[in-house]
Amino acid sequence: MSVTVSTTVNGDSVDFVCAPDETLLDALRGRLGLTGAKEGCGTGDCGACSVTLNGRLVCSCLVLAVEAEGQEIATVEGMAAGETLHPLQRAFIDHAALQCGICTPGILVAAKALLEKTPDPSDEEVRYWLAGNLCRCTGYDKIVRAVQAAAAEMRRA
Amino acid sequence: MRYEKPQTVAEAARLLSAEKGVARILAGGTDMLVQMKSGMVEPDLLVDIKALPGTRTIVKEAGGFRIGAGVSGAQLSEDADLKAAWPGVVEAANLIGSTQVQGRCTMVGNLCNASPAADSVPALVAAGAKVRVAGRGAGRDVAVEEIPAGPGKTKLKKGEFITSVFLPARGARCADAYLRFIPRTEMDIAVASAAVNLSLDEKGVIKDARVALGAVAPTVVLCEPAAKAIIGTRLDDAALEKLAAACSAAAKPIDDKRGSVEYRKDVVGVLAKRAARIAYTRAGGQK
Repeated sequence: MSVTVSTTVNGDSVDFVCAPDETLLDALRGRLGLTGAKEGCGTGDCGACSVTLNGRLVCSCLVLAVEAEGQEIATVEGMAAGETLHPLQRAFIDHAALQCGICTPGILVAAKALLEKTPDPSDEEVRYWLAGNLCRCTGYDKIVRAVQAAAAEMRRA
Repeated sequence: MRYEKPQTVAEAARLLSAEKGVARILAGGTDMLVQMKSGMVEPDLLVDIKALPGTRTIVKEAGGFRIGAGVSGAQLSEDADLKAAWPGVVEAANLIGSTQVQGRCTMVGNLCNASPAADSVPALVAAGAKVRVAGRGAGRDVAVEEIPAGPGKTKLKKGEFITSVFLPARGARCADAYLRFIPRTEMDIAVASAAVNLSLDEKGVIKDARVALGAVAPTVVLCEPAAKAIIGTRLDDAALEKLAAACSAAAKPIDDKRGSVEYRKDVVGVLAKRAARIAYTRAGGQK
């Protein structure tokens, strides 16, 4: 049995057909070719699949694709404006806040959601907010510094 | 598997009772999808209750709060009135999982998943919260502590499901608090937990109290001897010691890698003392 889903991803209307028990993560990657969200654990522990659903940060591995019907999804692919990177994306490069990069899309999406809610977070707030985004290579110091640098730049803009 | 998103409670109840195979409810999905993925549950029917009227909203009712079964932890944290009236319930619900999990997880899901270590459940029990159970017949209101039957099991009958949880009105000089112990600072499951809800008279004497314990028995424990130990006191040291002793005595925990029986019994008493102090201060009591 398959279901047709009409949803909005990064501002674009999209339709796809999926199985009723397929996750939003699998639909984004397999049906829509949006491979920015990664499957780390598949059980909501690592945050590599982070997207926003109607502006709310979620793990796309814990959302069914059918639940996206009529909703608005935003992924890391929607962060840059054409060729211009989002300040967070630039700050992650400038501060070498990534190595293998698997966790990076999820962290960027999560950090963007944080800064929309809290434009001037303390380091502690950044760490708590990102506690559900696991990084196994860089460690978290550079990530926190990159988020703070981007936050400072965005406050000046 | 069939996925259904009914628009009315009656339709949801009809779908659930008509299903001959395994039927499950989907609200936040943070436990359900993990269980489906691991093969622990293979539903034939999944009923998404988020389109039912009132499942996504927090509404003032009779001076209290009716919280829909699909309301996320993040939504709870953004409701200033709810936080002011029931800070312990909101802090307990907000301890569940990560920011991402908070975007979806629900208190009713936490209750129906029926983990003995569920964080929001002791706080709801201490608060005297009631859930609205829907099914084929008329809906009924049930005290939260009546729902869990044991690890992973509830007393809900086939075709029954919970549509909302109700937190009663608050008078002056009332407050609650919830504390859990975890070996990490974040993203972990309670080794032991305690919730205290109390009200004071004008002189700061505790008039009424409810104490609930988590992760120290197959289901949440509503500990009446612990409440009795502090009622009529100003939470002096002797009352706190009696409170802790009552909690330790009521705890019937398991022994596992996360904590021994002896350790859990001791820690639950310490947590209850600390939670009681926080609730007392929040209620305006002076020590």
